[in-house]
Amino acid sequence: MAAPPAPAVKTRPRPTTKPPATSALRRSQRRAAALFVVPFFVLFAAVMVAPIGYAVWMSLFQEHSSGLGFGGTQRVFSGIGNYTKALSDAGFRDSFVHIALYCALYIPVMIGGSLLLALLLDSAMARAKRFFQLALFLPHAIPGLIASLIWIYLYTPGLSPVLDWIGALGGSWDFYSNDHVLSSMVNLCAWQWIGYNMVIFYAALQAVPREVIEAAVVDGAGALRTALRIKVPLIASALVMTVLFTCVGAIQIFTEPKLLNQRGAPSVDTEWSPTLFIWKAGFVQHDYGLAAAASLLLALLGVVLSYLVTRLGNRWKAAS
Amino acid sequence: MSILTRPSSPPRTPTAPRGTRVAARTRARTDALLSKAVVNGLLIVAAFYTLMPVTWLVIAATKNDRDLFGTSGFSFGDFSLLANLHHVFSFNDGIYLRWFGNSILYSVVGSAASTLLCVATGYAFDKYDFKGKEKLFGAVLGGVLVPTTVIQLPMYLLATEAGVVNTYWALLLPALVNPFGVYLARVFSEGYVPNEVLEAARVDGAGELRTFAGIALPMLAPGFMTIFLFSFTSSWNNFFGALVMLNDEKLYPVNLGLFMWNSVTQQQPEYYSLVITGSLVAVVPLIAAFVCLQRFWRSGLTAGAVK
Repeated sequence: MAAPPAPAVKTRPRPTTKPPATSALRRSQRRAAALFVVPFFVLFAAVMVAPIGYAVWMSLFQEHSSGLGFGGTQRVFSGIGNYTKALSDAGFRDSFVHIALYCALYIPVMIGGSLLLALLLDSAMARAKRFFQLALFLPHAIPGLIASLIWIYLYTPGLSPVLDWIGALGGSWDFYSNDHVLSSMVNLCAWQWIGYNMVIFYAALQAVPREVIEAAVVDGAGALRTALRIKVPLIASALVMTVLFTCVGAIQIFTEPKLLNQRGAPSVDTEWSPTLFIWKAGFVQHDYGLAAAASLLLALLGVVLSYLVTRLGNRWKAAS
Repeated sequence: MSILTRPSSPPRTPTAPRGTRVAARTRARTDALLSKAVVNGLLIVAAFYTLMPVTWLVIAATKNDRDLFGTSGFSFGDFSLLANLHHVFSFNDGIYLRWFGNSILYSVVGSAASTLLCVATGYAFDKYDFKGKEKLFGAVLGGVLVPTTVIQLPMYLLATEAGVVNTYWALLLPALVNPFGVYLARVFSEGYVPNEVLEAARVDGAGELRTFAGIALPMLAPGFMTIFLFSFTSSWNNFFGALVMLNDEKLYPVNLGLFMWNSVTQQQPEYYSLVITGSLVAVVPLIAAFVCLQRFWRSGLTAGAVK
């Protein structure tokens, strides 16, 4: 065991004997790299690449039942037929309007709220930072479905202390009514994610060099000015990344509208969001071609959004 | 304040500035006190918002069916927590306990295996050179952005053909692949495992596998924990996948089971206390784990945010 290194040292001046040693080493490294990487990529191909490919394939076919009603159905190549079918479906188009409205409310609330909390926690005036950080992050430890169930019950008359408080103040509120259901849904998601995003921003703020902030204070900038003009631009990367993940998550919303629909909120139907539409098309109507086309259109929206957010984010980072 | 006083005291008599300076200082102090109150007040309001629903859940789990609707949300009724717990665990031949065990299998066992895969892959991306390395890594990064709900239906159909639908594998196999974990593992490997240490091990004649298991893996332990937590929460949160893949209620994870119980509450209100107590039992170990493992999720979020 101890012998091989010694000749290797001796042979160093003679380059002719060196290549075999390094190539043996390189071969063993290549074998190790393959051993480490291959299992992951086999699974990656099986559960990510293959389903995407299969979805593309499925989206090109439509099922036609034979004219007489027996003999089962026939799979017919239809090109972009499923895509035009999805795009001309009023329910599918409405689902995009719904999530657009939802995002218009959710994203400012989420990003603004978590950024505000992170800046408050980062300010010199905040006390009990560890406690607040933990308390605000806590909802993220609760599984999304259970978090939604808790809030659904807090929206339910008779169970809800929140409705009791509103009643005691002389007000009244219906969380499920057409006017309020969107804000109820935003609240469901904001509660789960606001602390998570706050921790990301707070960690980024902590990484801002203290001298930069001290310089701003010496120049006479107040706490508010320092926060908005100095700190926020310095955590631009974290902000852009969080907006990106928030957008990609928001367009896939499923659990929350599903539960609100189950509770009988009148304006949340069974195809309220694109994912609910896909679920219904695939698992209730068994129209796999339509569901696959709708899935890919949603994925396309995700790609476009990611591109736009990154692009705008880079421009903003360059400007500030 | 200081702007107003400065022009009025050009002669700099010793008494006047001292008086204004004291006034300015007390004004500054009340300002500081005020902003401190505002900052902490807002944080308290936010903490109330995040903690209130959990507190309600704890109190609601101690009430019987009558008090659940008969008393106000934050007041206690007859203390029935033990009876509720007994009801949850004995209902329908103890199906809840089975769901709980399933959740642990999907989340703990699945995430441990997934994390090991991620760490090995990320480590290889960092430490070895091989053909098409950066292209493959690009594919991994692309995988981070693929919406999981989008591939769920084709995955279901492929799983049907492979005969794994409605088995444990239907949830375990997809959970093994965590592209974001591979990205994090590469970042952690760059930071935690110095190349010199590996060179030294090679000179000592240790094989590549030994070097990874005996030297690199212990160095990557904090990163391992962080990635584990990420994949743990994502599989614990995976409701859509479970809903799609499973029919047999014996295979349900807790969240799908609670969803099914909840779907009958409006017809049969006695299910409310089952869902509430069942939720509490599922949530308590998670909160405990997160409080104990704070340092790991914090470092994971930081690694994700700063890069």
